[in-house]
Amino acid sequence: MPHEANVGAPTASDVGPDAAFQRFLLQGRFMLQRSRTNGAFVFFPRVAVPGTGEADLEWVEASGRGTVYATTTVRRRPDQGGPYNVALVDLDEGVRCMSRVEGVASERVRIGMRVLARIDRAGDAAVLVFVPDGTSAGGDAAP
Amino acid sequence: MVGVGQAGVGVAGAWSPMELLARAVRAALDDAGLGLHEVDGLFAGTAVHAMPTLSVAEYLGIRPRFSDGSMIGGASFHAHVLTAALALEAGLCSVAVVAYGSNQRSAGGFASVSEPQPYEVPYAPRYPVSAYALAASRHMHEFGTTREQLAEVAVAARAWARHNPEAFERGPLEVADVLCCRMVSDPLTVRDCCLVTDGAAAVVLVGSERADDAPRPPVYFLGGATEHWHRQISAMPDLTTTAASVSGPRALRMAGMTLADIHVVGLYDAFTITPILFLEDLGFCGKGEGGAFVADGALAPGGRLAVNTNGGGLSCVHPGMYGLFMIVEAVRQLRGTAPGLQVPGAATALVHANGGTLSSQSTLVLGTRATL
Repeated sequence: MPHEANVGAPTASDVGPDAAFQRFLLQGRFMLQRSRTNGAFVFFPRVAVPGTGEADLEWVEASGRGTVYATTTVRRRPDQGGPYNVALVDLDEGVRCMSRVEGVASERVRIGMRVLARIDRAGDAAVLVFVPDGTSAGGDAAP
Repeated sequence: MVGVGQAGVGVAGAWSPMELLARAVRAALDDAGLGLHEVDGLFAGTAVHAMPTLSVAEYLGIRPRFSDGSMIGGASFHAHVLTAALALEAGLCSVAVVAYGSNQRSAGGFASVSEPQPYEVPYAPRYPVSAYALAASRHMHEFGTTREQLAEVAVAARAWARHNPEAFERGPLEVADVLCCRMVSDPLTVRDCCLVTDGAAAVVLVGSERADDAPRPPVYFLGGATEHWHRQISAMPDLTTTAASVSGPRALRMAGMTLADIHVVGLYDAFTITPILFLEDLGFCGKGEGGAFVADGALAPGGRLAVNTNGGGLSCVHPGMYGLFMIVEAVRQLRGTAPGLQVPGAATALVHANGGTLSSQSTLVLGTRATL
């Protein structure tokens, strides 16, 4: 395991950004890349800032807070597990990710709903999911 | 464009994608009055060939001196036409064939060489419908677009298809039928989704100096543009604005035309939300006004705009990727030989295709000789 300070730097590690992100999740940490020079966040993980190529990304702890940007319910048959949610979540850091909102029926997930990140362990993998944020105002508010 | 051909449209039976593609190429060359040995430019892509131009050229037994198998999903073939026009203009080839084939329906599903997206796959979106459902959810949220307005797109497509003997679905379809059938990925029901059919298509292009030698009236490439902004739906900057907003104006500018000059329109209708997005992005209406634009049968025969006159991917044919079939329909409209309803006096067409998950956008402007 390399030093965390080097993870994501393109020449300084034997662990690329994809593997680093997953390793953090397996440690129970939701980390995002951020540009040292302009503070902009990046997701999904890259070796350099998309569009500019600045190779000055560092890993920082994510706030875990976000807002549902778009949502759908995939209608899986009941005998195969039933319907489930797929959502796009805008993180407060200004980046978007695909995820699912758990802890509420998928049809009740609303665009504009405030959500909190959770790390879901499934066997050897760790997956980022979200639950409704009961601690902040939000709900149906338009973004 | 001097030749078009199709094969195996609908249910083909026990034919491989390559066999169907080769039949479509043969039909298109017959239509053009050209021999296979004259083909020296090849443009192809399928869902099942990793190196499509190599496989197609080998199968046909040709040695193209220019070929391009760029794969950007369902918009690939519109993009190929632009490249073919450039290659013909530059003298890199003299007879270009654009081809596609699929046995998706008979093979029982959408086989694909497409790679999984590691930041989406853990959430099991149903590809590609869930991506378009997410876009529809956003459009409904921002602009108040309704499920009834989405359904209008499917109903209009069916109204055209009912007159087209080649169309796969020709039964009556009402808004209520779309709303009430099985939900796949909210808010899209199975009738908001394109067909799963077999089919192959091919188009033959030559330089315009040779076009008058063709046995049928040629259709001219007047303008084209392709642009893409993302691969994964989760990386799309704004789910209600596609790159059609730049490809459309650029293609029209190349053609020296405006939307007012266009007689026939093709909009890739993989899902009912897509024509609504493209009507807005191409400029037929303002952003957010697409739902109202399509209401009251506006896209159906006799409506305000002749869109997807063959019945589109929703009701005519959709074998995995639809783009080339849209071009074939435009050529037939401009020749005055549409298999279904003919738009009287059609001399110009704008055909717009989408690929991936609203990812690639490619617009072509086509016209008869009179429009040159």
